[in-house]
Amino acid sequence: MEHTSLLERILRGIALTLVVIFFMFPIVWIFMMSFQTNETILRIPPQLIFEPTLANYTALITGKLMTAAGTLDIAFMRNLGNSVFLSVTSVAVSLLLGVPAAYAFARHKFRGSEDIAFTLLSFKFAPALLVLLPLTLYFQKLGLANTYIGLIWVYQLICLPLILWIVRGYFEDIPADIEYAYRIGGHSWFATFRKIALPLAGPGIAAAGLLAFIFAWNNFVFALVLASADKQPVTVGALAFITSSGIQYGQISAAIVLSITPTLALALYAQRYLVEGLSLGAVKG
Amino acid sequence: MASLELKNIVKRYKSQTVLDNLSLTVADGETLVLFGPSGAGKTVLLRLVAGVIDPDEGKIFIGGDDMTDVDAEFRGVGMAFQNFALFPHMSAFDNIATPLEAKRSSPGAIKAGVESVAKLLKIAHVLSHKPRALSNGQKQRTALARALVGSPPLLLLDDPLRNVDAKLRFEMRLELPRLLADRGATVVYVTQDYKEAMALGDRIAVMSQGVIRQLGTPEQIYREPANIEIARLFGDPTINLLDVKPSRDAKGIYVGLSNVQVHLSGAYDAAVGRDCVIGLRPEALSFVEEGIPGAIPVTVEAETPLNEKIVTLVRTVRGREILVSRPAGTPGRSEGKAHIAVDGKSALLFDHASGDRIGSKNVVALRNGEAA
Repeated sequence: MEHTSLLERILRGIALTLVVIFFMFPIVWIFMMSFQTNETILRIPPQLIFEPTLANYTALITGKLMTAAGTLDIAFMRNLGNSVFLSVTSVAVSLLLGVPAAYAFARHKFRGSEDIAFTLLSFKFAPALLVLLPLTLYFQKLGLANTYIGLIWVYQLICLPLILWIVRGYFEDIPADIEYAYRIGGHSWFATFRKIALPLAGPGIAAAGLLAFIFAWNNFVFALVLASADKQPVTVGALAFITSSGIQYGQISAAIVLSITPTLALALYAQRYLVEGLSLGAVKG
Repeated sequence: MASLELKNIVKRYKSQTVLDNLSLTVADGETLVLFGPSGAGKTVLLRLVAGVIDPDEGKIFIGGDDMTDVDAEFRGVGMAFQNFALFPHMSAFDNIATPLEAKRSSPGAIKAGVESVAKLLKIAHVLSHKPRALSNGQKQRTALARALVGSPPLLLLDDPLRNVDAKLRFEMRLELPRLLADRGATVVYVTQDYKEAMALGDRIAVMSQGVIRQLGTPEQIYREPANIEIARLFGDPTINLLDVKPSRDAKGIYVGLSNVQVHLSGAYDAAVGRDCVIGLRPEALSFVEEGIPGAIPVTVEAETPLNEKIVTLVRTVRGREILVSRPAGTPGRSEGKAHIAVDGKSALLFDHASGDRIGSKNVVALRNGEAA
C-alpha cells in the first residue's frame, strides 16, 4: 500500500463528494419529487422540506390518475411489464444469436468475415428514424406491426451489434492455446466452446448483456411508432402524464423512480460479478 | 505405443513458408528433440502433429495411421504448452482431469489418475488451487501432469521449461528423462536450450527456417555438426572459430595457427588450399609447457572459474581471441604468457563459403576407432 497523507485523503474525499453530488443530484431530486404533489413541486422557491405523500405511487399502481379535469386511466404498470418483457426477451434472443456468432467471428477467419461483422455493426450507424418508415410498411404487410415478436425483432438492431462486437473482443482475448489444450485433451469443439470459451468470456458476455439491456430499456422511438398502447414500454408510456390539465410532475417522477429501479438493481448486482471477472485475468504464465 | 511419421509437410502463412517440405520419422518410444532458434518452425510442427492446425501439403502418420485429416480430439496425443495454457477458471485438479473426463472415466478413476500423476510431479498438495494461485514451477508441473495423465502414446512438449526459473529447469532436466522413459511414450520435445536437448533427446533434429538442418544423436550433433551454425549453437562456452587455409606436408594435412603447424587427424584432402574455418571446442584445448611440438604461444586475458570448470580467454600473437576450458583443479595459467595445444582429433573443419563441415565420414571412422 502506498502511503497517503491526511491532507491527501481529505482532498480526495472532497473531490469524490463533489463528483457524487454532481451525478446523483438529478436522481435524488427526482426521488424527492416523487413524494410530492404537483403544487409543492411547483412552489417558488423550491423547498427541501415538505410533507411526503405516496399519492403518486398509488396512482401509478392502481392506474387511476386524478387530475383537475377528472380521473384518467393510465397503463403504467402494464407499460412497466412490457418494458421488462421486451428488454429481457430481446437481450436473451441477442445473446443466443450473438454469442455463438461472436465466437465464430473471433476464432474462424473466413472470406468476408470482417465484412459481415462490420455490416452488422453498421446497423448501429443508421438513425432509427431512417429505418422506421420502411420497417413500418413492411411490418404492416407482414402482420408484425403491434406485436411483441415484431418489437423484439426490431430491438435486435439495438442489442445484437452491441453484443456481437463486445463479446467478440473478449473471445479474441482468450489465448488460442487454452482452447487447443482442451481439444487435444479429447474434447469436441462444441465442448471447448461451452466449457472453456463461454466461462472465460463470461464477464464480457455479462457486460454486453447489461449494456444491451439498458439500451433496449431506454429505447423510445421504435416502440412509439411500431406499437400501440397495450404493447408500449415505459419510455413511451410516460407520455401519458402530459395531460390536458398540465404535466403531472409528481407522477412522472414516481414513474421514473419505478422504471430506473430494475436497471439500477441489475447494474449493481452485475457490477460485483464484472469486477470479479476482470480480475480473473492472469491467463498467461 | 505409437511412432510418428511426417511426410513432405509444407505449411505457409500468407506468402511465408514456415515448414518447407519437411519429412521426419520418430520411432516408437523414442524421444526426439526439435532444437532451433525461435521462428524455425518447431512450434508450428508440433501443432500440426497435435492437429490444431492443418498442413498445406504432406501427410502425418501416428502409429501407422494417417491422421492428416483427423480432428485434434481423436489423435490421442498429450501436449504441454510453453505458456502452460492452463484453464484459469478451473482448479489444478480439474485442469489435470480434463483429458480423463473426455474419455468418460468414472469419477473414482479420474481421482485416482489425477492423484497418481500429481504425486509423481510433486503437486499433490496444490491440486485445489486455481492456476493464478500457483507458482510458475507448479503451473509448469500442472501443465505437464495434464499432458501425461491420459497416458497418451505420443507426447508433444513445447518448450515446457522455458518459463520456469533456472533452478527448477535444472531439476526438471534431471527428472524428465526418467519420467518420460517410465511412461514408454514417444516424445517430441521442443527447446531452444542446447543442454536440455542434449540431456533429453535420444535424437536431436536441428531446425532453422522451416528445414531440418541435421538429425542425429546428441553426440553426433556435438562432435559432427553439419555446419558452423550448429557447431556454434551447441556447447558452452561456444566453439572457437578461426579462419585457416589447410596445407599438406610429409606428415599430413596441417593448419597454421600463430605460425605453428597443427596437424589434423582425418583425411581433409579436399580442404587443402581452400579457405576454411577451423572449429576448436574450448575443452579440446589445453595448456602445455613451452617447447612441446604444436605449442601455440598465447597471452592470458581473463579467467572465469565456473565451479566445475575454468574458462580462460587467451589471445594469440595474431590478436585472435580463443576460449580454453579445463576441469576445475587441473593445472593452467591464470595470467601472463602461456602455451596451448590443440587436440587435432577433435578439431572440426568447415568450408568458409558455405559453412558446411568438411570430411564427415573420416570423423565418424575416427570415433569408431576410438570406441574400439
